[in-house]
Amino acid sequence: MKENIILLVEDNPDDEAFTLRAMHRNHIANPVVVVRDGVEALDYMFAAGKYADRDVKELPAVILLDLKLPKIDGLEVLKRVREDARTRIVPIVILTTSNEDNDIIKGYQLGANSYVRKPVDFEQFTSAVGQLGMYWLLLNEPPPSKY
Amino acid sequence: MNKDIILLVEDNPDDEALTLRAIRRNRIANPVIVVHDGAEALDYMFATGAHADRDVHELPAVILLDLKLPKIDGLEVLKRVRENEKTSLTPIVILTTSNEERDIIQGYRLGANSYVRKPVDFEHFAEAVGKLGMYWLLLNQNPNRD
Repeated sequence: MKENIILLVEDNPDDEAFTLRAMHRNHIANPVVVVRDGVEALDYMFAAGKYADRDVKELPAVILLDLKLPKIDGLEVLKRVREDARTRIVPIVILTTSNEDNDIIKGYQLGANSYVRKPVDFEQFTSAVGQLGMYWLLLNEPPPSKY
Repeated sequence: MNKDIILLVEDNPDDEALTLRAIRRNRIANPVIVVHDGAEALDYMFATGAHADRDVHELPAVILLDLKLPKIDGLEVLKRVRENEKTSLTPIVILTTSNEERDIIQGYRLGANSYVRKPVDFEHFAEAVGKLGMYWLLLNQNPNRD
């Protein structure tokens, strides 16, 4: 598997642990960077704050973005990443428990590539994460880094 | 599996046959509408021309879009579907043999949800189509659902 990075934006420690476990169980060995609120997500993407020494041109292969986040919520993170020329074509999958039509529509309007509901049951969640990983890390052709 | 429509935009008859075969082999039973050039793709999406009697509100769950197409090319189809308010949120996967960075970047810029290269050999192609189908028909939440 290519060494493409997954950026996981998740504030709930249980969900974070579930997601990482599901990745391991699906043999997804790619590096996963976990950020726990919207500010940290933007810092990572724009190489600011504690990520200031990161190369902003190295985009993750996919961002798994929760919607309900401290400080800056997921939709606002999505909006800002899409507004910035350096990051605007990075693949973003909203991964959330929300099934509100409003969130789905708004997510796509703001440019999410995909919207996936977190299954509640762990087996189904594992299988969803496996599918997500296979799709965005192996099948999808990500925008070239440093384009 | 639900009855969501797949719109396949493909001008090459061999690729069309291979894609349909791959869809069936993966037991994807959803209806597949095939259009063979960019003009027909837009007619389908906007319910005009030969597709004028279609309900414009019934949008596909996913469009599998080739890039090299007669009449209107794939990137232009993508652009027009994104520009139209009625169709702008429809998931679009570029499915092409092109591996040019220019096409990938331009595809994402114009709002493609995903960019997938057609594997050359049939086994890999069938597998890719199966994953595409499962992902966009089952895992992804369709913005066009009622």
